[in-house]
Amino acid sequence: MSALSAASRNAALRPDEATGEAARARARLNRRLVVNGLRILFAVVVLGSWELGTAAGWIDPFFYGRPSGVANQLRIWLFEGTAQGPLWQQIATTLEEATLGFLIGVGLGVIFGVALGRVRLLADVFAPYIKALNAMPRVVLGSIFIITIGYNIWSKVALAVVLVFFVVFFNAFQGVREVDRVLLANARILGASERQLSTHVIFPSALSWILASLHTSFGFALVGAVVGEYLGAIKGIGLVIATAQATFNPNGVFAAMFLLAVVALAAEVLLTRLEDRLVRWRPNTITDVTI
Amino acid sequence: MPSPAIELVGVTKRFLTPSGTAYTALRDLNVAIGIGEFCAVVGPTGCGKSTTLALISGLEPPSEGEVVVGGVAVRGVGKEVGYVFQTDAVFPWKNVLDNVATGPRFRGVARADAEGRAREWIARVGLAGFERYYPHQLSGGMRKRAALAQTLINEPRILLMDEPFSALDVQTRTLMENELLQLWSATRSSVVFVTHDLEEAIALADRVVVLTAGPGTVKGIYPVSLPRPRNVAEIRFQPQFARIYEEIWNDLRDEVLLSYERSKRSLA
Repeated sequence: MSALSAASRNAALRPDEATGEAARARARLNRRLVVNGLRILFAVVVLGSWELGTAAGWIDPFFYGRPSGVANQLRIWLFEGTAQGPLWQQIATTLEEATLGFLIGVGLGVIFGVALGRVRLLADVFAPYIKALNAMPRVVLGSIFIITIGYNIWSKVALAVVLVFFVVFFNAFQGVREVDRVLLANARILGASERQLSTHVIFPSALSWILASLHTSFGFALVGAVVGEYLGAIKGIGLVIATAQATFNPNGVFAAMFLLAVVALAAEVLLTRLEDRLVRWRPNTITDVTI
Repeated sequence: MPSPAIELVGVTKRFLTPSGTAYTALRDLNVAIGIGEFCAVVGPTGCGKSTTLALISGLEPPSEGEVVVGGVAVRGVGKEVGYVFQTDAVFPWKNVLDNVATGPRFRGVARADAEGRAREWIARVGLAGFERYYPHQLSGGMRKRAALAQTLINEPRILLMDEPFSALDVQTRTLMENELLQLWSATRSSVVFVTHDLEEAIALADRVVVLTAGPGTVKGIYPVSLPRPRNVAEIRFQPQFARIYEEIWNDLRDEVLLSYERSKRSLA
């Protein structure tokens, strides 16, 4: 083993300067191929054993569905529509609710987080209430929102907002609190007014914390939207899941889960792009999970 | 001495520790620094060197006594003060140009003018070509240069420096010290330079103030009569340098030992 790694290290060192760049590019490409190959292999093994397991009778497709059934379900939804109407309408509804909830929740979270982070009195007064609200399982608020706001999208938006708000709020609050004292002192010496302290030092410093929270919070917005739809809605992926559950259709549940995963991944890609644009100055990003 | 640029009169500074007791950082400190004078402050760890600078800058008010800058008692951060911090204080989210232009921008100079002046200062500290770089893309020495330009662009009459070069490697440090002397000789501002490095203090300063182990107060003040312009790298070999060093070290040694003994005891 150690002889092997020594040999491969020598091999990596041997190419001279001229061919070094090409060799490195080739090594990078090889690695990408290996990683992607293994990824596909993993999916094939998991889905394949699921499919074969159902075919062999070890897994009961009545309860657990089967990949081919899920694919078929997606095809039916795509070409014939769901019981609630065309598939794109369900996705668009859920996406609209999640996005609105995300934007409102982020806005409120940042405003309150920065305000409480800067004004000590506000923080001291509201701390116990915010902690109490945060400790509560906020999904139960969904029922209240359905009762008070109704079956329209706004009850789902409201649920997404309360889920997103706290994540962003705590990050913004912490970000403001964690501002480097030396940077603040430096800005004061350079002549910053209180407002300039906020815009030039505190907000940019808190921004990396806030952006890190956005990855988690879009997921929460999606949870809010789907759970809200699940509790009662006219359209949306949550409703599609609820319907599939009611008709004992595990393939439908898995297919809807697959759609949600695609939506979440797409949002993640967009958020990462946004983050890269906004914090170009940062050598590496603080994210909750880095893979 | 004509009316001094900076005067600390009977200054005491106490801090409240997290456990609720008062910690005296400085006790009855009396120092006067002349206009255009380069004054170094040395002392053992925790003797209140940085606190002294915070008081002069107006970032912290004294608990007792008075801090007078330019004949006026200090109330809050003054416009005439520049402060180079020990740790990196350039804003990581601004590139070099924006960092250096920050002071004038804060003070209401139009963007174009501020950037023009920033470019001049960037060139003067040897960072021309790096205007668009972010601090994390620069070496420690280059970040320090950016910090110097950021401070000096405001043309402060009082320049406070808190162990500014302590994090740099020895070669970069000597280079920066020489450049600091050059930049300073062009401005002739009054400098208070805090350091724990006695050699650095003597090489740079007109006078060296030795503080006692905390609570800090003046142990002795030593004039450094080495000629200017100086070359920091070579001045250390002059016999006069060694004489001054020995004289001050005799004073400083007791305080350093005292401070060391205390820190050992507090660890035990």
